[in-house]
Amino acid sequence: MNQPLIEFDRLSVQFATEQGVARAVQEVSFAIHAGESVAVVGESGCGKSVTALSLMGLLPPAPACRLGGEVRLGAANLLALPPAAWRPLRGRDIAMVFQEPMSALNPVLSVGEQLMEPLLTHRQLSLAAAWQQAIALLQQVGIARPEAIAASYPHQLSGGMLQRVMLAIAISCQPRLLIADEPTTALDVTIQAQILDLLRRLQQASGMALLLITHDLGIVAEMADRVVVMYAGRVVETGSVRDIFRHPQHPYTQGLLASRPVPGRRLDRLAAIPGQVPSPLALPDHCAFAERCPHARPACLRRQPELQATSHTQQAACLLLNAEEAA
Amino acid sequence: MSDDTLLAVNGLVKHFPLYGGVLGRQTGAVRAVDDVSFVVRRGRSLGLVGESGSGKTTVGRTVLGLHQKDAGEVRFAGHDLHALDKAALRRLRPQLQLVFQDPLGSLNPRLRVGDAIGEALLAHGLCPREALRERVLAVMASCGLGEEHYSRYPHEFSGGQRQRVGIARALALQPALIVADEPVSALDVSIQAQIINLFADLKQQGVSFLFISHDLAVVEHLCEDVAVMYLGQIVEQGSREQVFGQPRHPYTRALLSAIPVADPDARRERVVLQGEPPSPANPPAGCRFHTRCPQATAQCASVVPVVHRVAAGHQVRCHLQA
Repeated sequence: MNQPLIEFDRLSVQFATEQGVARAVQEVSFAIHAGESVAVVGESGCGKSVTALSLMGLLPPAPACRLGGEVRLGAANLLALPPAAWRPLRGRDIAMVFQEPMSALNPVLSVGEQLMEPLLTHRQLSLAAAWQQAIALLQQVGIARPEAIAASYPHQLSGGMLQRVMLAIAISCQPRLLIADEPTTALDVTIQAQILDLLRRLQQASGMALLLITHDLGIVAEMADRVVVMYAGRVVETGSVRDIFRHPQHPYTQGLLASRPVPGRRLDRLAAIPGQVPSPLALPDHCAFAERCPHARPACLRRQPELQATSHTQQAACLLLNAEEAA
Repeated sequence: MSDDTLLAVNGLVKHFPLYGGVLGRQTGAVRAVDDVSFVVRRGRSLGLVGESGSGKTTVGRTVLGLHQKDAGEVRFAGHDLHALDKAALRRLRPQLQLVFQDPLGSLNPRLRVGDAIGEALLAHGLCPREALRERVLAVMASCGLGEEHYSRYPHEFSGGQRQRVGIARALALQPALIVADEPVSALDVSIQAQIINLFADLKQQGVSFLFISHDLAVVEHLCEDVAVMYLGQIVEQGSREQVFGQPRHPYTRALLSAIPVADPDARRERVVLQGEPPSPANPPAGCRFHTRCPQATAQCASVVPVVHRVAAGHQVRCHLQA
């Protein structure tokens, strides 16, 4: 396979908190290739957003936050970059949209000014050219009256409109990777459908890669080529979207898929996963899912499973995959 | 009215006045609920679905008397709730309980959860103090909480457990109807399933729900009857099979087709609605949905549609059904 665009290599992130060390992300490895859509899926606290933030250099500095491993963009290890070296990368190579567009935009600058900012910094356009480009971008994200919207301020726009503006800013410098962290979670379902549609069209038109962070399996199934399932800071399973939905190997992935009601397919009871996610302050040294796992064996309480290939496109981290060990 | 009617809402209207100008006069009103009628039958549950601003929460709160209605009627077990005096309403209260979306915001942080659950039992004189602990523990057990949780404070619980406390508190009074307003929206997927199963258990025990949610898959799973709201009005209602299986209103169809399905091979016709819902302070003339409706005609922009009965129990507010 050709050189990946981004490679996470045993990324670990620890936060120092008053209650102790929170192990937010542990030994996370996966790659994103050019033009590909990768979804990272998991519940709150599983480390999916922290993984994405490490790509943007947005994690707090040491000693509050300790990083391990590497995140490579080409040959460069992003985790070793000094703060000044991030500026030319952010927005140009990697752009990001967040869950809450209202808090990600500056309330005292007009939408047009915020759209022009990366164009002036990264592409050195003149003011007039940047304005023209800003209008064109707003048209590209499906905004009907671009001049009027460019002149308005974030509080004057609805959530769906703001998320379109965020996307316009994100694609303004033609990034090679767009990170979307729960981009539609704050939106209503009919507006969500519009934004997902738009995201897909923008990706097709530009060929950029997409790293989608979400808890919604429906969105994963619609948007992703490959899926990374995280639990308690670790990757528990990864594979093509079809692998994950058709032949999930890890008991957590299986549980997650079974715990949502499926429209049109009625069951009396949902197969709920018992118990709750362990705290990142007190993660066990063995499999973190063992206490909730319906198939757990004594071996699962003894050591940490490693990711292993279950087919040439799929990997899972579960001791039960090795028959002799599970026995 | 048939015997199995538990809650009957008829022509309910709730407007919130808007004030403006230097004199602070009323300049308009948010028409949050405009002519809403539905019935919750004993032993069945009604799912009230709609997007933000559709008025579904206001319906729930007005039904419980937390908002004063502007017009219409709410009858619970035969009583006109808004016409009852305070004492009579108080006697009826235990029958009608509420579960909120955010359990932390609805629990007193300084009250041990056992006391929070038992408080209403004492206040209504439904249980002598000596028997209280026993009774509360029994309710907690039916919600999946153990004896060790009795003396803890709300902040010591996870989100899912807190929602169990919120449900136990409502359940302690042995209500006939629980109004649940987005009770699982704040929870993670694996925890959601636990709480949804708990609701299914309570339904087995004969509790009826008015289940308010934007999550259509959860409503389809839990509710026998469904009402779809748009901008303060119910646009379609009927049984689960009617609304999800043969949706007739263009908004219901669009809403159903907009849910992402957790199946990478699912190929569906998606109706992507253009634009955004208008403000309920200034709803469009004619049919409120006509500005976004893919099938709107000239009539839709000017004439308010009436409710058409398309099958037994299946009602649609749309000109296209005429």
